Amino acid sequence: MSTSSSSHTVDAHIHHDADHHEQGFWSKYVFSTDHKVIGIQYGVTSLLFLFLGFTLMMIMRWQLAYTGEPFPVIRFVLPIGIIGLLTMFVSGFKPSLGTTVGILFIAMAGLIWYLATGEERMPMGIMAPEYYNALGAMHGTIMIFLGVVPLGVGAFGNYVMPLQIGAPDMAFPKLNMMSYWIYLVGGVIMIISFFVPGGAANSGWTSYPPLSEIATEGQTWWLVGMVFLITSSLLGAINFIVTILQLRVKGLGFMRLPFFVWAQFVTSFLLLLAFPPLEAAGILQLLDRVVGTNFFLPSGLVISGEKLVNAGGGTPILWQHLFWFLAHPEVYVLILPAMGIIAEIIANNTRKPLWGYKYIVYSALFIGFMSFIVWAHHMYITGMGTTISAFFQTTTMIISIPSIVILTSLAVSLYGGSIRFNTAMLFALAFIPMFGIGGLTGLPLGLATSDLHLHDTYYVIGHFHYVVAPGTIFALFAGIYWWFPKLTGRTMNETLGKVHFWGSFVCMNFIFFPMLIQGMVGLSRRMYDGGEQYSHNQSVLYLNEVMSIAAWVMAIFQIFFIVNLFVSMKKGKKTTDNHWEATTLDWTATTAPPLAHGNFTTLPTVYHGPYEYSVPGAKKDFTPQNEK
Amino acid sequence: MQIPHTIEHHPETGLYNAKVGIWLFLASEVMLFGALFTSYILLRIGAPTWPHGWEELNIPLATVNTVVLIASSVTMVMSWASLMMKDFKKYKMYMGITVLCGLIFLVIKAFEYGAKFEHHHFPSTNNFFATYFTLTGLHGLHVIGGIIVNAYFWGPGSKMWKTEPQRFINRIEVAGLYWHFVDLVWIFLFPSLYLL
Amino acid sequence: MEHSHEEIKKHVRKYIFVFVALMALTVITVVVSYLHLTITTAVIVALFIATIKGSLVAAYFMHLISEKKVIYITLLFTVFFFIGLIVLTMTAFHDQVMIPHVS
Repeated sequence: MSTSSSSHTVDAHIHHDADHHEQGFWSKYVFSTDHKVIGIQYGVTSLLFLFLGFTLMMIMRWQLAYTGEPFPVIRFVLPIGIIGLLTMFVSGFKPSLGTTVGILFIAMAGLIWYLATGEERMPMGIMAPEYYNALGAMHGTIMIFLGVVPLGVGAFGNYVMPLQIGAPDMAFPKLNMMSYWIYLVGGVIMIISFFVPGGAANSGWTSYPPLSEIATEGQTWWLVGMVFLITSSLLGAINFIVTILQLRVKGLGFMRLPFFVWAQFVTSFLLLLAFPPLEAAGILQLLDRVVGTNFFLPSGLVISGEKLVNAGGGTPILWQHLFWFLAHPEVYVLILPAMGIIAEIIANNTRKPLWGYKYIVYSALFIGFMSFIVWAHHMYITGMGTTISAFFQTTTMIISIPSIVILTSLAVSLYGGSIRFNTAMLFALAFIPMFGIGGLTGLPLGLATSDLHLHDTYYVIGHFHYVVAPGTIFALFAGIYWWFPKLTGRTMNETLGKVHFWGSFVCMNFIFFPMLIQGMVGLSRRMYDGGEQYSHNQSVLYLNEVMSIAAWVMAIFQIFFIVNLFVSMKKGKKTTDNHWEATTLDWTATTAPPLAHGNFTTLPTVYHGPYEYSVPGAKKDFTPQNEK
Repeated sequence: MQIPHTIEHHPETGLYNAKVGIWLFLASEVMLFGALFTSYILLRIGAPTWPHGWEELNIPLATVNTVVLIASSVTMVMSWASLMMKDFKKYKMYMGITVLCGLIFLVIKAFEYGAKFEHHHFPSTNNFFATYFTLTGLHGLHVIGGIIVNAYFWGPGSKMWKTEPQRFINRIEVAGLYWHFVDLVWIFLFPSLYLL
Repeated sequence: MEHSHEEIKKHVRKYIFVFVALMALTVITVVVSYLHLTITTAVIVALFIATIKGSLVAAYFMHLISEKKVIYITLLFTVFFFIGLIVLTMTAFHDQVMIPHVS
């Protein structure tokens, strides 16, 4: 069977387009059980949340750079409103995805207007300290739980993984729809929490008790929202694992799976087994706040000079254990799908097989295993003794090895290839050193002695942002540029894409590298005034303004991406089913965009490994998995 | 669009989809209750004083509940076995008893809670009662969930027996796995909360 | 599942046997609790009996005694991580430089 980039599927394609118009807006975009639509729903929602999380941070950065100066609301709200209006204009105000997104942008402009005004939050236009804390907590929560994970797992995993394994859909399509809706409810609860008395949760994204237990009502909403998000992740994880185990097409053994599928597989196991303890902890904290139990409240707590009247007997450190039991594997939930995307792109654009595919896979499995027994390296300064700290230091050093193996394999894959420098590949190439910096800066944090100095400083912020922002988010951008032709049958504009890449790349480093410097000086994180009050910070305070300006400039470069995304959907150059001349099933066995139901015109059979590029003696420089 | 292996077994794993799914779900439940047990143990060892379960809680009532829940687990597995022997009537009977036992369990639990509240023992009283109410309450929610599912398969859901018998048997097996797990959690909750 | 009629009947006999065993163990564990043993002994006895009961339910009612490899592997990892959670957290609490509970 030959289903490469030939045009035999054109009929199906046209038929498919006709199908589109028969379905109503609601049944197509809203109550769909099709994994591709759910993937897009996840994608759109999580991109909006990423945008919201980014905006919260931009408001915070004003406070850090110009402490005590009134916040210029119009300068922030107007551009977002204009993007919304333009989007609606481009989609002709008709009921469509574009218009919906436009409306959501305008709603977001309204939300930001609300967030950046008001006497309680911004007295005289200047940010209140409690409000700064709320923005910080919600920036973290939104970015991780509502933005990056849903985009990497929910969106890419849902859309691409079934196509890559030759499945007609996910194993449980209704459950899949439920995952999305529960996720959305969780997200909406998080947004509502901004409007309750006292504002959103303000005890950091880690919600350490006892602070979080005596915090305002927003924390309760945060916990309820988290329970929803965790439930959604659990259902999604079950669905992913069953799909990968049961629905692989004939011939697609485990060692022929594209690495992206492997990454999703391991990620799903992490979500499945690491999230429940946080759910338990969330329930316990919720009971502490609502019913008055004392799981995390110790006896004899004094708040603002007054002794708290409670039964006591609880222990705040228990929360930290349960929280980090999830939150460390969560780091790998963030990074593994990103590595999966990068692996696909690098193999294709070097036109070479991935170097050390097997070792990459084993490393991913090993990472998944080890990530369950390293969590307490976040807790060295809780007064941890030497024995247990030695254990966690050792496991932490061990877990860095498989990450390095993967990164090295990806880098070595470049050697001797004739590299195609398209936008997706540029993001993928930037991922390697950026994630490298993120990973290597993590080592001093994993060793108790150096962590004592660096803990809770901007160094930590710099470290994990290097992992997540120019690491994972770059990979996600790469993924969007990469799979866009599959989603729409059109390509994204390369020039706009390259402007977006170089702008983001330069800005990212101007934002996060200074954080490492500030942190080594000793500037604590979560400082509402950017550390002004301490003399030891004075030498690095000037960096606050540099970082803030870089952040805002980066926002401008994201406009290129947004414009590119929407304009390319309508006006992008039409392309073939296999735009990148790739080998995996998502490109070679499906149409672009893939069929609405069932995904495949004829079920493919797999004969090769995932990355058979430039096979000696072959006719083309790529041998699709489904061609004999 | 037909999803493969909803009924027939996968050649490699030897399982149908829902069975893999429910076991994964149960794995996550192990971690959920595992974390709660961990919290219980830590709070208990860390506490200066901690009452014995038998000092504060009603053991006879809990013993009856244990018997009821184990019995319901047996009837659940019997209802599955009846379907395997193509005896739908017996299935109805056993499943009915299972649901009934679940309800009896909840009623007894309600009496137990009521007695605690009468004596002004609330979750906020101390961490012993906090743990007791949280663990049994969460378990109770699982029982309620199981009852809803089982009642559905006893009533309207059983129509599937006529149209797709194998799929129906699978569903009962999956529901059974969940129900036995709820029973299993109780088997550990009972001694650790009441008897120690 | 290629179970014959006869095989199921054999299963049913097993279920009845397990039921009786569970009942007996329940009675034993309750009776032991009235002896008010020292806490260490009581914990060991109670958890030992609970583990037997739990294993019976898992092995026979949940058919774990003859299950497929995928499920064994999944549960093996789950149990391992559960033990990791409980043991490492407990060790961390014991190996604390500062005492977490100040009354």
